[in-house]
Amino acid sequence: MSTSAQEIDNLISQKYKEGFVTELEVDTFPPGLDEEVIAKLSAIKGEPEFMLDYRLKAFRHWQTMTEPNWAQLNITPIDYQSISYYSAPKKDSDKPQSLDEIDPELLETYKKLGIPLDEQERLAGVAVDAVFDSVSVATTFKGKLKDAGVIFCPISEALQEHPELVKQYLGTVVPSGDNFFAALNAAVFTDGSFVYIPKGVRCPMELSTYFRINAANTGQFERTLIIADEDSHVSYLEGCTAPMRDENQLHAAVVELVVMDNAEIKYSTVQNWYPGDENGVGGIYNFVTKRAECRGANSKVSWTQVETGSAITWKYPSCVLLGDNSIGEFYSVALTNNLQQADTGTKMIHVGKNTRSTIIAKGISAGRSQNTYRGLVKVGKAAIGARNYTQCDSLLVGDKCGAHTFPYVEVKQPSAQVEHEATTSKISEDQLFFCQQRGLSAEDAVSMIVNGFCKSVFKELPMEFAVEAQALLGISLEGSVG
Amino acid sequence: MLSIENLHVNVGDKPILKGLNLQIKAGEVHAIMGPNGAGKSTLSHVLSGKSGYTVTAGNVTYQGENLLDLEPDERARKGVFLAFQYPVEIPGVSNIYLMKAALNAIRKHKGLPEVDAMDFLTLVKDKVKLLEMDEKFLYRSVNEGFSGGEKKRNEILQAAILEPSLCILDETDSGLDIDALKVVAAGVNSLRAEDRSFLMITHYQRLLDYIKPDIVHVLADGKIVKSGGPELALELEAKGYRWVEEQVA
Repeated sequence: MSTSAQEIDNLISQKYKEGFVTELEVDTFPPGLDEEVIAKLSAIKGEPEFMLDYRLKAFRHWQTMTEPNWAQLNITPIDYQSISYYSAPKKDSDKPQSLDEIDPELLETYKKLGIPLDEQERLAGVAVDAVFDSVSVATTFKGKLKDAGVIFCPISEALQEHPELVKQYLGTVVPSGDNFFAALNAAVFTDGSFVYIPKGVRCPMELSTYFRINAANTGQFERTLIIADEDSHVSYLEGCTAPMRDENQLHAAVVELVVMDNAEIKYSTVQNWYPGDENGVGGIYNFVTKRAECRGANSKVSWTQVETGSAITWKYPSCVLLGDNSIGEFYSVALTNNLQQADTGTKMIHVGKNTRSTIIAKGISAGRSQNTYRGLVKVGKAAIGARNYTQCDSLLVGDKCGAHTFPYVEVKQPSAQVEHEATTSKISEDQLFFCQQRGLSAEDAVSMIVNGFCKSVFKELPMEFAVEAQALLGISLEGSVG
Repeated sequence: MLSIENLHVNVGDKPILKGLNLQIKAGEVHAIMGPNGAGKSTLSHVLSGKSGYTVTAGNVTYQGENLLDLEPDERARKGVFLAFQYPVEIPGVSNIYLMKAALNAIRKHKGLPEVDAMDFLTLVKDKVKLLEMDEKFLYRSVNEGFSGGEKKRNEILQAAILEPSLCILDETDSGLDIDALKVVAAGVNSLRAEDRSFLMITHYQRLLDYIKPDIVHVLADGKIVKSGGPELALELEAKGYRWVEEQVA
């Protein structure tokens, strides 16, 4: 009957729905990386001198580093010289000022992805900064943001318009030598988003960026820098999809968040990059360094992530809680199917007094995938009264997948309270049968049960993302009945 | 409505049902009684399509169709409802969400438009009153933290909303105190209709005091060994199952 192991296997073969390639003329560097490539990249972008120095310093450091290998991941070696480090839709140096100037084929691409910019422009409350490959091609709602004093633009533009701000904050949360992939990113990042919320400003809308990877063999290295000055508030949404590809595509982004006194950043991610086919061919390597520094007293950062895509996901959005009474939160759903691998979690570094952190991580493994939660809670000597609560739950779909949990705790302050709860469960045949007996297909039943499992994370997402995330889980799980 | 002919079912290599015959007409209420291990739950599971059972011989026809060919969810959409003996818990999925999804799956199958949230709420609130349940149950996770009696009421609530054609009640009386039993029985009785049949599986006569069956069957060792009117249940209660087994032997 429908829940037999054979059928489970037959059903676990959902095709990637965003798989297509846009044919655009692409202005691409030949593969390879050296100082000359970096200089050329910096020149194309017309960057200030300090930026080139920053990149070259990072590159030189990177050359002395080796790839980390401590994660529970099986990674095919990456040839960094076979990657092209710059690719942009062929355009004059002027960037399009409105959608009319945008390549119609590109707009069509977004439509296929369900992100019609022309409609989104009208969608109240969401400004879109769409990154297509390496160059940002459309920015909306700029005026409204400008009135509020909010800066939201491609980081390449910020380097032109607000170099002093970029210089002041770039690399201060994730130093260029932080880790192998962060160093690479610092050397070669092409674009990304820059957000500055001035003192006392509550950003009037949620900020959203859609990233896409397109041209073959092009690693994409975004750089995102968000600064919330004193008493400010911003909610930032990041969502990703990519077209079907056979080659592995490296994605090594860096996201830095700076939060000052009484400020708050809410950073939400829905990640749906191409995961590879059911045999593990192709798919994105998603090796990302995301870190927030709560510099001010009473500051707050909340990371929410829904990770369903990528062949390999390797990321730990972290919070460094420097300011007294600062708060770090991490809500995560990581779903792996077929041969996907994920090693993800968070780091909560308590430095200031009465700092608090919450970690809710939900891992769902289906197919033959491996899903690892890895988290660090570190309480320093000065962090009197620090508190952490961690809950990580794993859900297994079928009997060929794996779930692993590595919680690390380091406490140097005796007054700290650290709680950890963990569960591992399996979707039971009884649950599935019950739902089917009520008329739901096996797939809908699994989707419903998994969505129920993730409820405590989804409720942290902004409404439109929560809906998208639920749909995404359904798509990613279709067929993975067990 | 339902016709079972010479049904043989194994669990692994072990025969459980050994040539069971049963005819249920539209609007009829049948009770199946029998000792532990007679195959009562196996019958309810096979009819609803649970995995783990092998049909080695026989036919089951439901509304003119070969029931055994259908997936469990297809059977459900065609009106076969099983009130579970042990309803499962589904953390994080609210009761009302499950019921709305189920009703809409069935409506979609029938070619009817989906009910929207407001209409559904109106419908479900009526039924909740019928079963004397607190509305807060609608928003709790399915069966999570429910008492045994609450779970059973919840099953009947689902039947009331989904309006099945064939309603199989698998030991719905077990775990109920007398007050809860009366409420559940009243709920079931309110569902009785000319085009709806019931198959009640129970150990005890007690349930039949409140839900009057048209026909009572005794299941022993994988077969229906005796059938009769409601008076058979009383006789069984007085004399015990051994009486039937001895008669048959």
